[in-house]
Amino acid sequence: MKTVVKIDTETATATPEFEKAALRQESRRGLFLALPAYLYLIFFFVISLFIVFIYSFATRNRFGGTDLSGWNLDSYARISEPIVRDVLFRSVWLAFLTTVICLVIAYPFAYFLSTRRVAVRNIMLVFVMIPFWTNFLVRNFAWRVILGNDGPLTNATEFVGLGSAELLFTQTAVVLGLVYGYLPFMILPLYAAIERIDRRLLEASRDLYGTGLQSFRHVLFPLSMPGVIAGSILVFVPSLGAYVTPEILGGAKTTLLGSYIVTQFLTARNWPFGAALSFVLMLVMLVTTIVYFRKGGRTL
Amino acid sequence: MTSAVELSGITKRFGDVVAVDNVDLSIADGEFFAMLGPSGCGKTTTLRLIAGLEFPTEGSLSIFGQEVGTLTPDKRPVNTVFQNYALFPHLTVLENVGFGLKMQGIDKETIRSRSMEMIELVQLDGLAERKPSQMSGGQQQRVALARALVNQPKVLLLDEPLGALDLKLRQEMQLELKKLQRDVGISFVFVTHDQEEALTMSDRIAVMDDGKLLQVATPEEIYERPANRFVADFIGQTNLLEGTVSDAETVILENGISVRAKNGFIAGTHVAVSLRPERAHIQSQGKFEEGWSHVNGSVETVTYLGNALIYGIKLDWMDLEVREENHPGVELHRPGAEITVSWDPEAISVVSN
Repeated sequence: MKTVVKIDTETATATPEFEKAALRQESRRGLFLALPAYLYLIFFFVISLFIVFIYSFATRNRFGGTDLSGWNLDSYARISEPIVRDVLFRSVWLAFLTTVICLVIAYPFAYFLSTRRVAVRNIMLVFVMIPFWTNFLVRNFAWRVILGNDGPLTNATEFVGLGSAELLFTQTAVVLGLVYGYLPFMILPLYAAIERIDRRLLEASRDLYGTGLQSFRHVLFPLSMPGVIAGSILVFVPSLGAYVTPEILGGAKTTLLGSYIVTQFLTARNWPFGAALSFVLMLVMLVTTIVYFRKGGRTL
Repeated sequence: MTSAVELSGITKRFGDVVAVDNVDLSIADGEFFAMLGPSGCGKTTTLRLIAGLEFPTEGSLSIFGQEVGTLTPDKRPVNTVFQNYALFPHLTVLENVGFGLKMQGIDKETIRSRSMEMIELVQLDGLAERKPSQMSGGQQQRVALARALVNQPKVLLLDEPLGALDLKLRQEMQLELKKLQRDVGISFVFVTHDQEEALTMSDRIAVMDDGKLLQVATPEEIYERPANRFVADFIGQTNLLEGTVSDAETVILENGISVRAKNGFIAGTHVAVSLRPERAHIQSQGKFEEGWSHVNGSVETVTYLGNALIYGIKLDWMDLEVREENHPGVELHRPGAEITVSWDPEAISVVSN
């Protein structure tokens, strides 16, 4: 029997037909394996997100319920109100500050880690992750004790004659708490990126008349950019939507977006506005992430 | 005249390990200088000491008379071509080449023109905007050379510069490097484990083993008059015939035969006579050149190389390797043939054990 082999001239590559078929089969099998994860995400994530999206165009009724009728953009319009804008800007600013502080603290540590012997590295990496073994809420309450009026920090500053350090319920306390909470998310990707860099490139830089600082600026830092980007996103995004830490360590004057959204849902019972805020928050995160990746992508 | 590089009493220890052991070395300006030895012999560490990437534990190191032993690499007038090149993957060829000038704070225009000039010199015109990952090994090698030479170093250091290239490209680059060195006129100090490369390229060779400097001499001298057994064995092929010195002219071999061998050892010293395969000659048994030393044996193996024949010879007490050029009309010996191996007493060297 004569077989007719049809060659698609547009996509023809060096790969013979049967190999392509094998690849297709392989990818079908891969899809099957990924199915549980897909279903889970579609059901619990996409659908719930869609519900929130619908609600953001709905109207709050007089009794604190939500009328799924009379669709409008009122909730989105409220974002330009000064109070809401302040909360939004404050959240972005504190998340940015947290990210920068994490980067500055984590970078030298990640570099130090990458220069150790493998056994030492692994032990130190475990130390980095030990805080995760304790409940996040509990750790935040521990910070409350540390920063509190009769806590160790205040006692220490009073002892050396600097007066009482009144940090609790301030923005500083919130940033301290956020940096503490998210530092490991900065350290790990930075370490992974720095560890991959060939040390001889730094030697080459020194050999080519670069000082230590110049070698950092022109060789080490640019080459560690993938880690810087990944770490920054991993810290910035959760900091922006943080709820627990600002709630426990921040005061009434330092309401952040996370708490503000929760208030809309639970106290103010304005679900449409809460939903709209959630979407704006997601938008800010998305835009930041894309811009950051683009910018980083160019320097790579 | 001051030497380009001068090492005196240089020792480098890493913990308990002595990587470089009390080395005295003087490299002249404009010299093509090779450091040769097996891996782990300390040659690369010595190069890194000169570059400033390591600091000596003891001893002093100077470059054109200036003591540099404690200076960091950026303060030394030398540049290095690294093993596997260590090109900056995030920079273009032009930026790689201009890196050293940029670090020195030279203005952009000068950097650009000098870099382009250098890129042309190493025949990479048109590739200035490429990234190293888009280039072949040979091209990367040229970028590494250009990146070092653009800074006009007083000495260029090369760490196994041709190690990553295939044989044909390596031979081409050997000639090119040699030409480049004559053109720029500075001394090139290069590290290699390939004795053939060292012999073909260098003005002088330093042979190292176990952190010690064994011999520093011209390729010819190293080959003809090796300082000791290790050098004789490491450079080229050789047969080492164990023996004892009888007098300044004679060595008694293991089997009791005495052969003529000029030496500088006192009587009774255990030595080895180094007989290069191509210096020995095979004839049917009983025949040998007048005045030559000779021993009887039998042919065990014959390897045909085209331009030459390698004979594996069995003597009563040891095996020998003999190389005969494949001249027209040369007598061919079959395995099992009884033969006499003879050699000119002037063509051997006596080395200490």
